[in-house]
Amino acid sequence: MNAKLDVNRLAAAKSKGKRPQYFASSEAERVLNIALVLAQELAVARERIDTLERLLEARGLIKQSEIESFMPDAQAAAARGAFNEAYIARVLRVVQQDIESIAEPASQAATTDDLSRE
Amino acid sequence: MSQQPYAGPPDYRVVHRHGVFPEIGHDDAARFNFLAQMNRHLAACVLPGVKRAWDARVQPKLLAQLGRPPEHRREVREAMQADPIYQTWSALRRATMEQRQQAGRALVLGQAGELAARAGALNAGQASLKLDPNLKLPRYVEGVDHHLMPGSYHTELMADDVSAAANYDAGIFATTGGGLGRLNDGAGEALVAWLARNAPDFKPKRILDLGAGLGHNTLPVAKLFPDAQLTAVDVAAPMLRYGHARARSLGVNNVTFAQANVEALDFPDHSFDFIYSTMFLHETSFKALPQVLKEVKRLLAPGGISLHLEQPQYTESMDLYEQFIRDWDAFNNNEPFWTTMHELNLPKIAQALGHTPAELIESGAAAVLDPALFPAQAQAQATASSEDYGRKAAWYAFGTKAA
Repeated sequence: MNAKLDVNRLAAAKSKGKRPQYFASSEAERVLNIALVLAQELAVARERIDTLERLLEARGLIKQSEIESFMPDAQAAAARGAFNEAYIARVLRVVQQDIESIAEPASQAATTDDLSRE
Repeated sequence: MSQQPYAGPPDYRVVHRHGVFPEIGHDDAARFNFLAQMNRHLAACVLPGVKRAWDARVQPKLLAQLGRPPEHRREVREAMQADPIYQTWSALRRATMEQRQQAGRALVLGQAGELAARAGALNAGQASLKLDPNLKLPRYVEGVDHHLMPGSYHTELMADDVSAAANYDAGIFATTGGGLGRLNDGAGEALVAWLARNAPDFKPKRILDLGAGLGHNTLPVAKLFPDAQLTAVDVAAPMLRYGHARARSLGVNNVTFAQANVEALDFPDHSFDFIYSTMFLHETSFKALPQVLKEVKRLLAPGGISLHLEQPQYTESMDLYEQFIRDWDAFNNNEPFWTTMHELNLPKIAQALGHTPAELIESGAAAVLDPALFPAQAQAQATASSEDYGRKAAWYAFGTKAA
C-alpha cells in the first residue's frame, strides 16, 4: 500500500508550461527564489525555537549551557541529516525545475494557451 | 501609543482536521504560516506600491508614448512588465505559489499510502462514491497543471491515490489566509447566505454541484438541505475519493460523489432543482463553457435555480489597471482560460441558449470572516486593507431562475 515515492523530487516538481521570467536577468530570478525559501525556513526555525523555549520555560526543564554542549547520538544525527536532505531539495527547487524544463517537450510548453480555446 | 490589534492570518494550526486530513507536523504548519504571511504582505504592503508605480511613473510615460490613454489592459501589462516593483511583486507572488505547492506536496506525499488507506476505509462498499476509470479527461484538464499544482487534480501516483486532493485541502487555508474558514468552505457558506437572502422559500430536493472537487462547497449546501440528495461531479478521481471520505468523516451522508465530465452528463432532462458551481467555469474552456451552460439548462427542473460563483468579470466599467492586476493569474498561475472566461458576456451566452432576460441572475456573494479566526476588532482592518486580487472571498454570481 505504502508505495515509496521520491518525495523530495516530487514535491519540488515543475508545473506544466513555460515558467514566466520577471527580471531581465535569469540569474537574479534564480537567486530570489532561493532566498525566499531561506527566508521561509528561517521563519520555520524561529517558530520552532519559540515553541520549545515556551514549553521548556513553562516546565523549568533546561539550562542554556546544556544546549551549547549538546552532542547528538547516531539516531539523532541521522534524523538531522535526512532533514537537511529535504531542506536543500526545497531551497534549490528552482534549479531542479530549470533542469526539468530542459527535458519538457517544446510542444507541451506551448499548449496551455491553445487548450483554453478548445 | 497603543499597538493596533493583530489583524493578520490566523495560525495554520486552527485549521479543521477531519478524518482524512493529512497529519501536519510543527514545521509543516510553520511553513504554511510563513506563506500566509507572505501573501498578506504582498497584498497589503507590496501591491499598493505596484499601483503607486503605475500612477507615478508607468502611466505618465505610457500616455506620452501612445499620445492617448491605454485602451486595453494588454497595454497596461506590457508597460508594467518593465517596472522593477511590478517585477518584484510578481516574482515573489509566483515563488510563494510554487513554495505552497512544495510545502503541501512534501507533507502529503510522505504519507500518501496512509491517506489512501484512511480514505479507503471510509469509502469501502459505499454506493455514494461512483468512479469511472474509463472517463476520458478533457484536454483542458489533462494538459494544464492548474494554479501550479504539478499533476493538477487528477494525477494518481499510486493505487487509490488521494494525494492531489489532500495537497489541495491542506494548502488552501494558507493561500487564502484563513479567509474561507476552518473548513475552507467560505464559498459554500456564501452560497447558503445568498439563498437565504434571495430565495428564502426555495427548498430543492435534487442538487447538482459541478466541478465540485473535494466538496469544500458541497457540504454547506448539503447541511442546509438535509432532506435533499446532492450529486457532486468532477473528472478527478483523487478529489472524489478524498471528498467522499471527508464528507463521511464530517457526518454528511446526503452527497453522492460521481466521476463524470459535466459537458455531457448521464442524467435525464429536468433531474435537478438546484445546479451550481464555485470557481469552476474558469477551469473549463471556450468551447466547453457554453456546453456546460447548455447541459445545466437541460438538467434544470421547472422552477429550478442555477448559480455559478466566479471572481468578478472584466466589464467595460472596470478600470484597466484593476483588469490587469486581476488578470495576473492567467499569465503567472497556470490559468489559461482565466482571461477569456472573465471577458465573456455570460448573460448573452445564456440568452443564445434560449433563456429570457427575466430568467437571468447577476448578483454577488461574499464569505463572512469567521470571528473565531478573526476577532471582531481585527475584522474591519482585515477587510479594509488592500485586496489580494483573485483570492478574495467575494464573488460574481451568475445564473438562471424561473421567470
